[in-house]
Amino acid sequence: MDFNDSPEEAAYREKARTWLAQSAAAHRAKWGELKPNTPEHMAAAKDWQATKAGAGYACITWPAAIGGGGGTPIQSVIFGQEETKAGLGYGYFTIGLGMCVPTVMAFADSDTKKRFVSPAVKGDEIWCQLFSEPAGGSDVAALRTRAVRDGDDWVINGQKVWTTGAHYCDYGILLTRTDPDVPKHKGLTMFWIDMRDTAVECRPIHQMSGGREFNEVYFTDLRVKDSQRLGEVGDGWKVALVTLMNERLAVGGSAGPNYREIMKLARQLSGTTGPALKDQAFREKLADWYVQSEGLKFTRFRTMTALSRGQTPGPESSIGKIISANQLQELANTAVEMEDQYGILVDPDQAPAEAVFQQSLMWAPGLRIAGGTDEILKNIIAERVLGLPGDVRVDKDVAFKDMPTGR
Amino acid sequence: MDFDYSDDQKFLKDEARKFLAAHCDVAVVRGVLDNADRSFDEKLWKGVAEQGWLGASIPEEHGGLGLGRVELCAIAEELGRVVAPIPFASTVYFLAEGVLAHGTDGQKAAILPRIAAGQLIGCLATSEGPGVVGPATLTTRVEGGKLFGTKIPVTDGDVADTALVLASEGGRPGLYLVDLKQAGVARETLKSLDPTRGVAKLTFDGAVAERLGAAGAGFDIVQAILDRAAVLLAFEQLGGADRCLEMAKEYALGRYAFGRVIAGYQAIKHKLADMYVKNEVARSNAYYGAWALNDDAPELPIAAAAARIAASEAFWFASKESIQVHGGMGFTWDVDCHLYYRRSRQLSLVAGAPKVWKERLVSQLEQKNAA
Ligand SMILES: Cc1cc2nc3c(=O)[nH]c(=O)nc-3n(C[C@H](O)[C@H](O)[C@H](O)COP(=O)(O)OP(=O)(O)OC[C@H]3O[C@@H](n4cnc5c(N)ncnc54)[C@H](O)[C@@H]3O)c2cc1C
Repeated sequence: MDFNDSPEEAAYREKARTWLAQSAAAHRAKWGELKPNTPEHMAAAKDWQATKAGAGYACITWPAAIGGGGGTPIQSVIFGQEETKAGLGYGYFTIGLGMCVPTVMAFADSDTKKRFVSPAVKGDEIWCQLFSEPAGGSDVAALRTRAVRDGDDWVINGQKVWTTGAHYCDYGILLTRTDPDVPKHKGLTMFWIDMRDTAVECRPIHQMSGGREFNEVYFTDLRVKDSQRLGEVGDGWKVALVTLMNERLAVGGSAGPNYREIMKLARQLSGTTGPALKDQAFREKLADWYVQSEGLKFTRFRTMTALSRGQTPGPESSIGKIISANQLQELANTAVEMEDQYGILVDPDQAPAEAVFQQSLMWAPGLRIAGGTDEILKNIIAERVLGLPGDVRVDKDVAFKDMPTGR
Repeated sequence: MDFDYSDDQKFLKDEARKFLAAHCDVAVVRGVLDNADRSFDEKLWKGVAEQGWLGASIPEEHGGLGLGRVELCAIAEELGRVVAPIPFASTVYFLAEGVLAHGTDGQKAAILPRIAAGQLIGCLATSEGPGVVGPATLTTRVEGGKLFGTKIPVTDGDVADTALVLASEGGRPGLYLVDLKQAGVARETLKSLDPTRGVAKLTFDGAVAERLGAAGAGFDIVQAILDRAAVLLAFEQLGGADRCLEMAKEYALGRYAFGRVIAGYQAIKHKLADMYVKNEVARSNAYYGAWALNDDAPELPIAAAAARIAASEAFWFASKESIQVHGGMGFTWDVDCHLYYRRSRQLSLVAGAPKVWKERLVSQLEQKNAA
């Protein structure tokens, strides 16, 4: 049990810190403070990603030969910590580098890998994950987007939904149905596609949070080459599982205000009987949030320890999102209620802490759904970790085309 | 960074589990539970002493094994799994750790070797009635080296040889070592939520008391002792919570209702998943606490509070929901669920309730983030 850096880790941290001090300042001098989801913000993000890649700080655990840093998982965590402290970190690349590109690396031929991995690491190209559909969210394998073989090509028709970043992405991994006559999991096939193809139409969706980060994506006779297939025909579910497993690692910890920020707010506001920070009910909640956040942080450290000892990480990471998403929602709501009548205001110029709690309140419901709902994650823990029986699956032996459907 | 037991520590933990499987099965626990005259299992106590566990972290010069605190945590986790009916926490976490951290050389020499040899049982006496003990309510007092007043309840006070007693002297709180076998000490055994541990009322009427640590520093010293104990207790709680989850899982996999094993029903699956999540949060906080304890890190007070809060929550949840999963069987005396339910309450209260620790944690965070 050692919480401190080992000498090698400390040296790496020092090196990263020194590099960040200079590079982050230079980056800020060039780009200043930009509003998220603007073209300038995206350009800044790409610039920062390229800077990191040049110094071996992008995709730290990937081999240097493909553009990564050739480092260890612990180094990646250390750099992440220091990058957060330096106040930098853009979200645009998480899905591509965390989920899509690893899937490409696992299933594509060597030319495809050579073509795509390094541009993605440098931030030149961004990827999205085209899995969910109106008929298949939690039950992804119920998706209906059809891919039909036509000589050397496949022709794809259908619709995806809630695809984060589709509107700015260059490529995507797309899960399709290639055989409706077999049970749902057996008739799927995965492809990579060019998002700029004219047969791909992307319509941003207005989210309840007010943002427009995810999209509907339509395919009308989209032609892809058979060489764009990832994995065997009919083996798409196996390929998708690799993506989904990486997803749980990638989305474990979530950004957003934590116990520190709400403590700061509570210090400034008055409560019912004195400063809000002295309210006993609030203090108990604060203690719980601290304990949960630290618990998650140290759980990640346990995963790192397992990795550094050459073990495969356990399922600990699946608990991360359940806790952090729910905590964000409760914490944000407590902060908003603490502001009393004023809490209704969401205007960043008026609301305390630039309305970050109001924004989190409106974003948290999505966090509890994206990347697996609370209920699905609990099923995963129950079935894969604890070994309990699966839910009753009435569609298991039914051909996809005969499956009952709802709305 | 290294967030797990080492191979040696894992070996020790496995050995401890094997020993306890052989010497502390549930019949041993029930032997104490069902017998109002016994508050611990003497044979197990002797065995544990022979294993060297009582002196695991006592330096060799005082007759111990001189191992680190992480090793002690590993033992605590195993003791918690089997709800061991012995005064281990009172003797080791409170008395031995307290004397090690705050005692004079003379006090160490007088007490530690006897603990390591299994010849001395300890206890910590702070409470004087319902509610939180504070400077304003402390009535036990020391005058001219003699102790007067009443402590209630004192866990293991019915069997302990030496007590650490919080009392005021000249209006200031101090912590005192008191030999309970002397004249001037009266004990009355009381009933408790967890009969596998003894509880007593101790009345002092002029008993000789020897101060541990500085005059007037009683509250701080007790808190320092509780910080250390909180980490060790968290491991006992974690062991208990893990066992509750296992028992619930085993039962759910064997019980049928409506034509299916109940473990297949999502309400039950999600309950067990919730237990797992809480247990893992507790484990991670406990590991951080173990590191802080072992290294005497300045982070100890915060780490200990977090470990205690997380472990208290995990054990409470696992023990109550394990009964629920067992249905009517779970509510019977014969099924073991209630042993854990009882112990979860005992461990959550013995070093101060979670509410007190939450307040302690937040006030520490306030100081830390004052700027
Ligand atoms: C912000 C955001 C970003 C997203 N980004 C992407 C993306 O980039 N790419 C992509 O492919 N998808 C994306 N998604 C989609 C996301 O993966 C799905 O929304 C999610 O998996 C849930 O599916 P659903 O919305 O169809 O809900 P449903 O599956 O219809 O679920 C509705 C309710 O039923 C419950 N439920 C469903 N099945 C079970 C079960 N077996 N047991 C118990 N309860 C059950 C759910 O937990 C939920 O409460 C995103 C979603 C959000 C909110």
